[in-house]
Amino acid sequence: MTGLEDLYREIILDHYRSPRNRGELPSPPARRVEGFNPLCGDEVVVFLDVADGTVRDLRIAGQGCSISQSSASMMSVAVKGKRVEEARRLVRSFKAMMSIHEAAIGGEQEGAEEPAAIDPDELGELAALQGVVKFPVRIKCATLSWNTLAQGLDEAEAEERSEASGRR
Amino acid sequence: MGASPATKPAPLDVASLRRDFPLLSRERARRLVYLDSAASSQRPRCVLEAMDAYYQTTHANVHRGVYGIAEEATRRYEAARVKAGRFINAPHPEREVVFTKNVTEAINLVAYAWGRRNLRRGDAIVLSEIEHHANFVPWLMVAEERGVELRFLRLGPDYRLDYADLERLVDGARLVALTAASNVLGTLTDLAPVVAAARAAGALVLADGAQLAPHRHVDVQALGVDFFGFTAHKMLGPTGIGVLWGREELLEAMPPFLGGGEMIRDVRLDGFSPNELPWKFEAGTPPIAEAIGLEAAIDYLSAVGLERVDAHEAALTAYLLERLGEHPEVRIFGPGPDPSRRLGVVSFAFGDVHPHDVAQVLDEHGVCVRAGHHCAKPLMRHLGVAATTRASLYLYNDTDDVDALVEALASVRALFA
Repeated sequence: MTGLEDLYREIILDHYRSPRNRGELPSPPARRVEGFNPLCGDEVVVFLDVADGTVRDLRIAGQGCSISQSSASMMSVAVKGKRVEEARRLVRSFKAMMSIHEAAIGGEQEGAEEPAAIDPDELGELAALQGVVKFPVRIKCATLSWNTLAQGLDEAEAEERSEASGRR
Repeated sequence: MGASPATKPAPLDVASLRRDFPLLSRERARRLVYLDSAASSQRPRCVLEAMDAYYQTTHANVHRGVYGIAEEATRRYEAARVKAGRFINAPHPEREVVFTKNVTEAINLVAYAWGRRNLRRGDAIVLSEIEHHANFVPWLMVAEERGVELRFLRLGPDYRLDYADLERLVDGARLVALTAASNVLGTLTDLAPVVAAARAAGALVLADGAQLAPHRHVDVQALGVDFFGFTAHKMLGPTGIGVLWGREELLEAMPPFLGGGEMIRDVRLDGFSPNELPWKFEAGTPPIAEAIGLEAAIDYLSAVGLERVDAHEAALTAYLLERLGEHPEVRIFGPGPDPSRRLGVVSFAFGDVHPHDVAQVLDEHGVCVRAGHHCAKPLMRHLGVAATTRASLYLYNDTDDVDALVEALASVRALFA
């Protein structure tokens, strides 16, 4: 099963069997964002507590295949406690690793980006998911939680901006 | 259906059959175990050659040209129509067989052309909760547009439809639209009581035959249905062509579906008159080569003998269910092996392992199965799962294929236990 060893690395299976940060956060005040892969039924629910530009807390709920759920678990570990900009950078790096180029994530107005150089130190455990690119059908499984997180960060930022400008 | 016990059909020589299928007989490091014919079947060489020969010798647009090859193309296209009609014992194939893109389009045709003309606010349609989205969504759309009530036959015990409520559901309904065989459970619908109840209530019956027609002999007259859909690519034919059969007087009364060339008799600046049956429902240049491919597929299946295919699949399905039962983690979503109750379409769960992961490991062993919701999300919800793994059998599968699947499942356990 040499091909599959790239996909189902031990660390991935570990996160699948013992997912970190499982559960819910009362929302509000936390933000609840749902992500869904219509092709196969993978579901990720991200509970996001963002304040003062930091991801203070994060929980993951949902169900799906080993790739989608372990990626969500690894994401939660990588992002929890980080500043929002750093979280966004991790999203970009992760998606670059999945060979997806994104023009902009959230509010940042950047042009088409070169794929970020993959910094193994930055991605840490996440680099284990690199094998997914050999199985293109599964890329959407791996990025599901990250897209859901990005959506949550966008929503949090939009709300903050509208509050800041005095609109309700 | 099937031969009487006294005249058991001669068994299929699958090894020899496989040589007819280029994709299955290609040189490979490992034998391809294709268990996804419910999604799409493979093509025998004769189907490919028939389409190719058409393009190489006599392709021209149909129903127009006066020149030789155009006339021949028209003759071939219309001959394919009649053959498709005879395949399901249509009484007037030359008028009642409409070529569509697939069954989904066939059902949409009925939903738009019959539904819009005949359904009013408060009318009711009966579906089931196990339908493929092709026989759900068009009716959801009509229901929303017209204020039509949708009623549902439920799944009963042993993964078969519960007909206990049939009379109540059909009472006052205008149409009953049901799958003839489930693409998830393999369950065969008991169309006889459905048609009887519908007739008594004055409702029409549409049967989605996408899964049934490739495997079992269909006789629309004996069934007594009013509309029947089937598709070429699930029965060894090409993609891009399906059939809507409808009773002539119903099709006659229906307005056109798509507008354009071919479906008209006359067009003026201020209006048009539609063509007669069946061309009223065939707008634009049709899938001519595909029709010829469908005809070749019907010829191939008839030469093999549908009753032999049926008997082969019944035995192989029993073998598959038995061998799957060796894995304690396997849970089958479907009835037992009795061929009067099911086709060789088998959905299962393997413990808690997500079907995606099951299918991935199986792929590593050269085994092709389908993982997902199979375009039947309401059924998935009823079963309490997001997705299932599905293996489906056809005439080119044999016990080696089943053994390969079952053995590969051991690898799934090793990886995910």
